[in-house]
Parts: sequence; C-alpha cells; structure tokens
Amino acid sequence: MLEIKNLHARIAEDGTEILRGVDLKVNAGEVHAIMGPNGSGKSTLSYILAGKSDYEVTEGEIIFHGENLLELEPDERAAAGVFLAFQYPIEIPGVATMEFLKTAMNAQRKAKGQAQLSIPDFMKLVKEKSKDLNVSMDMLKRPLNVGFSGGEKKRAEILQMSLLEPSLCVLDETDSGLDIDALRIVSEGVNKLRSPERAMVVITHYQRLLDHIIPDVVHVLSKGRIVKTGGKELALELEKNGYADYIEAA
Amino acid sequence: MTAPTQISHTQAESDLLARFDTAKGDLSGSTAVSDLRVAAAEQIKTKGLPHRRVEEYKYTDLRAYMKSAAPLAPKASAAEAKALADAENAYGELERFRIVVANGTYLAEVSDLEALAAEGVTVTDFAAALDQDTAADLLATPPSAGTDGVLALNTAFVQGGVVITVKEGADVSRPVELVHVSTAEGAIVTRNRINVAKGAKLKMLESFAGTTGTGETNVVFDYKIADNAEFATTRLVVGATEGARLLTTLATIGADAIFKILGFMAGPAFARNQQFVAFEGENSEAKLYGVSMARDRCLADQTLIIDHAVPHCNSREYFKTVLDDEARGVYQGRINVAQHAQKSDGEMMTQALLLSEGPEMANKPELEIFADDVLCAHGATSGQIDEDLLFYLRARGIPEAEARTLLVLAFLSEAIEEFEEEYVTDFLEQRVRDWLAGK
Ligand SMILES: Nc1ncnc2c1ncn2[C@@H]1O[C@H](COP(=O)(O)OP(=O)(O)OP(=O)(O)O)[C@@H](O)[C@H]1O
Ligand SMILES: [Mg+2]
Repeated sequence: MLEIKNLHARIAEDGTEILRGVDLKVNAGEVHAIMGPNGSGKSTLSYILAGKSDYEVTEGEIIFHGENLLELEPDERAAAGVFLAFQYPIEIPGVATMEFLKTAMNAQRKAKGQAQLSIPDFMKLVKEKSKDLNVSMDMLKRPLNVGFSGGEKKRAEILQMSLLEPSLCVLDETDSGLDIDALRIVSEGVNKLRSPERAMVVITHYQRLLDHIIPDVVHVLSKGRIVKTGGKELALELEKNGYADYIEAA
Repeated sequence: MTAPTQISHTQAESDLLARFDTAKGDLSGSTAVSDLRVAAAEQIKTKGLPHRRVEEYKYTDLRAYMKSAAPLAPKASAAEAKALADAENAYGELERFRIVVANGTYLAEVSDLEALAAEGVTVTDFAAALDQDTAADLLATPPSAGTDGVLALNTAFVQGGVVITVKEGADVSRPVELVHVSTAEGAIVTRNRINVAKGAKLKMLESFAGTTGTGETNVVFDYKIADNAEFATTRLVVGATEGARLLTTLATIGADAIFKILGFMAGPAFARNQQFVAFEGENSEAKLYGVSMARDRCLADQTLIIDHAVPHCNSREYFKTVLDDEARGVYQGRINVAQHAQKSDGEMMTQALLLSEGPEMANKPELEIFADDVLCAHGATSGQIDEDLLFYLRARGIPEAEARTLLVLAFLSEAIEEFEEEYVTDFLEQRVRDWLAGK
C-alpha cells in the first residue's frame, strides 16, 4: 500500500537535511511501529506523508496505492486515504469542532464522488464514535481543540480518524499525554480500525502503547535513516537496552 | 482680522459648492437650520473636503478619492423604492419591521407604520422636523466630532431621513430595519434621529440598497439612549459601490443603559464608518464591533471616539479587518476618560488579517485618560493566515479555498459572536462567505 524509497528531505527554510534515505514498505493490513531517539526525524517523516510544505523532498519517492503521493496536495492525500494523528494537535479558535468534522467528512466524500452526509446521519456517527472514545459532547461543542487537555486532544485526533476511515493511519506519539485509562480506550479505538484493507504506522517511544496495539513490524529511525527492522520483540529489546547500539550504526 | 485662506478647489469641491447653490432653495429647514447649512457650506469652501493632512483623515483622503460630486438624487417613487428594497432584501428572511428612506427622503407610505405604532414606535419625517423652530438641536454635533468634514457635508446637504421614537418602557418585538434605497444615481444625504426612551428596548437593522453611481452616501445616525434603555443595531454596508459611503454614528447614552452596534462593511470602494459615542449617565455599557472586508483597491475605515464622560461605565471596542489585493484598512479608535470618570472600564482591540502581501492596515488604537482609577486596555494585531492551521485543516481533506474560508470566518466570527445578537449571526457569517466567494 505504501512504499517509501530512498527518501531524502530537508527543511525548506534553511536547507537542513533531516531524512537521509528512508526506505519503508507497508502492506495493507499491517501495523508498523517506528521508534527512535528524539530528533531522529519521525515527525518529519509523518509530516512529509501528510504533505506539509515546511519540508522539501530532495530525493526518492513515496508510492501510495500505486500513485506518486508527493504530487498530491495535503487535502488530496487525505481524500486518497492518508490520515496523520498529530503529535501536537493545534488549537483552532473560532472553528467549531462539529462544523469542522462535518466539513472534513463531506469534503472527503465529495472528493470521492460520494453523496454529502445528512445532518442526522452525521450526528449519529459522531455520537457513536465519541462514545467509544469517551469524548464528551461538551468537548465537541467547543472550538476545535481549544482548551482541550493534552489527552483530550489525542482522543479527538482518534475520533477524527474513526470518522474519516482512512486507509493509512499515521499515529505520531498518540500515547503521549494519555493517562492509563485513556491509553486503553484510545488503543481500543485504534484496534477497532485494524482491518485487512488498512495499514498503520505508529510512532512511539514506549512499549506500553505496543502492548495494546501490537505491531507486525518495528523499525528504528535514527538520524534520518531506518537503521534496524524487526518483529515486535525489537520494541521490548529497545525498552531494555535503549538506542545506543543503533545510534552507532547510523 | 485675516480672511480665511482661500484654498484652490478640486473639481468635487467646486461641484459641491455649485450643488449647494442649486439645492439650498429646496432643502428644508427653519432659519436657524439654514444658517447652519450656510456655515457648513462655508466650511467646505474654506477647508475643502477632508484630506490626508487632517489628522482624522490621514489614511482616508476623501478629497483625493472624490473626482467629482454628483447632484443630489432626485425624489423617488414609492413603488420603485419598495420594489428595490424588496428585491435586495438585505436581511433575508429575518422577521422585522421596515422603514424606507429613498433617495434621501422618508417614504411613510412604504414603511410599516401601523405595526410600529402598535409597538410604541413613532416615525416622522426628519425633513419636516427641520422646519420647526427647535430644529437646530437636531443638527447638533458632539464636541468630540470637532469640525468633522463629513458631518459638515451632511449638515449642508441633508435632504431628510427619519425621527424614530420608542416610547418609555416599550419592548419592540422585532428588529426594525431602516433601509436607505437609491433608485437613481445621485448623492444621498440623510440624518436620522433615534430616540429610545427610558427603559425601552429596540434592535435595529441598517441597510443600503440600489446604487448612487458616483454620488456619495452620507448618512448620520443620531441615537439618544435614555436611562435603562437597551439598544442594539447592525449596520450592513455591502456591495460594490463607487460613490463614497460615509456613515456617522452619534450616540449619547443615559444611565444604566446598553448601547451596542456592529458595523459590517464589505465591498464599497471607499467606506468610512465613524462613530462618536458619549456616556452621559453612570453604570452604562457601550459595545462597538466592526467587521470590515476589502479587496482590490478598496478602503474600509472604522473610526471612533468614545467619551467616558461620567464614572462607572464600561465600553468594549472590538474590530476585525480582512484585507486582500491592494486594499487598505483603517482603524482609528480613541477612548477618552474624563478626570472625574473614575471606575471607567474600556477594552479596545483591533485585529487585521491580511490575505496577501499587497494590502495595508493602519491600526491606531489610543487611550486618553485623565482619571486615575480606571481599567483601560488596548491592543492591535495584524497578521496573515497561520500556515499551520491551514495545514491541519487540509490534512483532514478540506481543500485550500474552503480551509481559508473557515479560518477567515473563524477570525471574523469572534467579533460577530461577541456582539451576541443571534438573529444576525448566521446571516452575517453568510455575508462573509459570499464576500470570500467573490459575490
Ligand atoms: N520546521 C522545522 N524547522 C526547523 N527544524 C525542524 C523543523 N522540523 C523538524 N526540525 C528539526 O528536525 C529534527 C527532526 O525533528 P522531528 O520532529 O522529525 O523529530 P522526532 O523524531 O519526531 O523527535 P521526537 O521524538 O522528539 O518527537 C529535529 O532536530 C528538529 O528540530
Ligand atoms: Mg516527533
């Protein structure tokens, strides 16, 4: 489903190279975890997948569902099935959460040539998914992410993901800021979305998330390159020994 | 004694003086009113139109903008005026009473007088009132307005308008729309007195329909808000017009009263909404909001002076401006707090959003405080759409244009929502969408 080949990228503004030849292949139905030290380029990779213009790809390619992903605008990527759950979801004052959800869902439906959701259908969907994720109606009445606690923001991201039903879910440190119960609730929400047609790339620092969302493959990203790939036991090993061995390798 | 220095008149100024000579015989008014008119015309003659070297018009050079001055609009037929007001229907489906002023003249026959009378609202002709002995009072201007050039133009040429009086304690059940219609090209100059008696409640909707061509629209709204009264008005100035739109608020507020206004401007080539508001009684509240949108080479000016002349009053001034292309936005606001006006609370904020590199915003919030126990603050910001917010929305599948619309709307809605007159909220937000869609 997703194939990243020899991806090199730098910060558009100052030219600093962040990704230095990333190769990654994710098949439908798989869950890949990406771990790695702070500043190794994990969020950068996720932003590049989503189409953030702060970064410039200098070499390599990203093929998604057989298409050159890098040629698509961010909204076209979303409509094509890419979803990034942000490490730091931003507050958007003045944009009502419900209005935003409806606009996003209908924009994607429109891009796919589907009919617009009726208000009752939309409300029903939102109520159902919010309940699963323990997102209160009070939160949904507020402007998007405004005044949400760290954990609430993360839950709101997963709510959006459940509503938009992407084929590629990229989760950037969704576990950070979640309390123990929220971690379980959010993980259940994510697991519900696991399906043979859907792939997930889960960026995390901790095994505890991977206890809930069990990955098929674990990668270590260091200094802009994937330096080690293994099974789920690799995460356990990292938890024990840290990144020291792999930082050398990079 | 030195004679006033003679300025060399622009075409528009010569036209205005000629217009005065032609029109003065037809313009209504008692002797005192005629004297005021002559004095105002004399001011135009000696000082000319307000221009950039007049402090208050530094960014809004009316003299440079007006290439000529059209004659005053001819009298309108009631049928035509009604048809046009119905067709433009500025406030859509909103249930309301309507008062029509067409080509500068009040048209009783197409205004909802009976329904208004039943609500305790009387409406009379401002032109007729000018003929009365006490009429000079109707043209009085507050000290803070000084020798304002736009007011002088209004005094010289005022054709008519309405006197709306809400009787004591009346709570008018629907908003009252005052629509200024132009059925023919030509300047319209009106003045309206709105008396809200003690304890009365009134919500107004102001609108403009039709086109004046190159003729200026010069309208004064003079509100007298008595003790314990509550008043709110929405001033809608939309549509592409070539003639300058010059709107003036004069307001005096009694004790324990509420005065609220939102000035919404989108489209005119040259628009100034200037407001002179004064507290005359304690424990009152004035809330002034502004939403301005301008593109191409248009100018949108929101200027105000609020006089905290008495203690214990609160004022809030919250203005938002969105600019694109080569447009210019102006906000000049001043809170004056008199020496004995202790416990005054004034909070002024002006924010501009620039949609491209071309536009310019002049933000000038000022405080002039002579009392020592007051709470006054002001702020000004000017910036572009936040790319990170835009990216977040786009990453959820919202196309760029729609995402921008959402963000601009979010920016402007903060003022629209704080105005807290729910019956106009959706409607004004739709106007923002229309403007963004280029309508
Ligand atoms: N827009 C930007 N401008 C400047 N520097 C940036 C930008 N984006 C990323 N960087 C830098 O690139 C490097 C990689 O950042 P990135 O956020 O991708 O790391 P990360 O692996 O996600 O780290 P963490 O585990 O702390 O989240 C860091 O040194 C960071 O400071
Ligand atoms: Mg990161």
